[in-house]
Amino acid sequence: MDGNTTVDQEYYRMMEELQQLDFALVELTLYLDTHPDDMQALQQFNQLSQQRQQAAYRFECRYGPLMQFGHSYSRYPWQWMDTPWPWQV
Amino acid sequence: MWIYEKKLQYPVRVSKCDPRVAKYLIEQYGGADGELSAALRYLNQRYSIPDKVVGLLNDIGTEEFAHLEMIATMIYKLTKDATVDQMEAAGLGAHYTIHDKALYYTNAEGVPWTAAFIQAKGDPIADLYEDIAAEEKARATYQWIIDQTDDVDLQDALKFLREREVIHSLRFREAVEILKAEREQKKVF
Repeated sequence: MDGNTTVDQEYYRMMEELQQLDFALVELTLYLDTHPDDMQALQQFNQLSQQRQQAAYRFECRYGPLMQFGHSYSRYPWQWMDTPWPWQV
Repeated sequence: MWIYEKKLQYPVRVSKCDPRVAKYLIEQYGGADGELSAALRYLNQRYSIPDKVVGLLNDIGTEEFAHLEMIATMIYKLTKDATVDQMEAAGLGAHYTIHDKALYYTNAEGVPWTAAFIQAKGDPIADLYEDIAAEEKARATYQWIIDQTDDVDLQDALKFLREREVIHSLRFREAVEILKAEREQKKVF
């Protein structure tokens, strides 16, 4: 609530890149849920998944962990509670 | 299990403090056709629906939680700088008495979220038809809220959410056809 964290422009740019990739991946996921035999969609899904992993890694190197429970690394001290939270930007 | 990711599904920006629109948006937070109802409805129906459509209910239900977080972000940003007088003028006076600026799962009229908003009939077609209807009602609600604000930043995120309802409805319709085809196939033997 008290989070008056300011983030640089690069935060928004990298976040948007991730959101764009994830949008395509959510769309492909729901599409594949009802079209499991579409090979082209599946190839696109796997290709974007790889791109997504790299984009998330680049973001995390600069702005800290995106996920918890062992899906992201943390520097010292524990970075998870660092602001901003998504609703603060 | 679920793992939280520290990011919104789509950027949420608002151009001004506007508790009046926040009050309407609470409908999509804890209302009958809101995002909480949607997430809990689909994730609860998963257990008794045929295997062929479990993945779809699982994934749409999960996406609804991302939408719930976007709605919460909108309400938070629209009210965080509001004065008590502004909350009062926006019809959020009673909300302020009970919750201060905290969010709470009610509909736009302050009726608390209830499981009676959602259904699980166990009949796959009946459940999917309810899901399709829920998506269409949520889409209509988003349209009415878009019509009720002139904040183009807010409208941008609301339009994204409106379009997601369209896609979810489409996928649920496909799920109905998948189950119908499966049922026909079984009759052949």
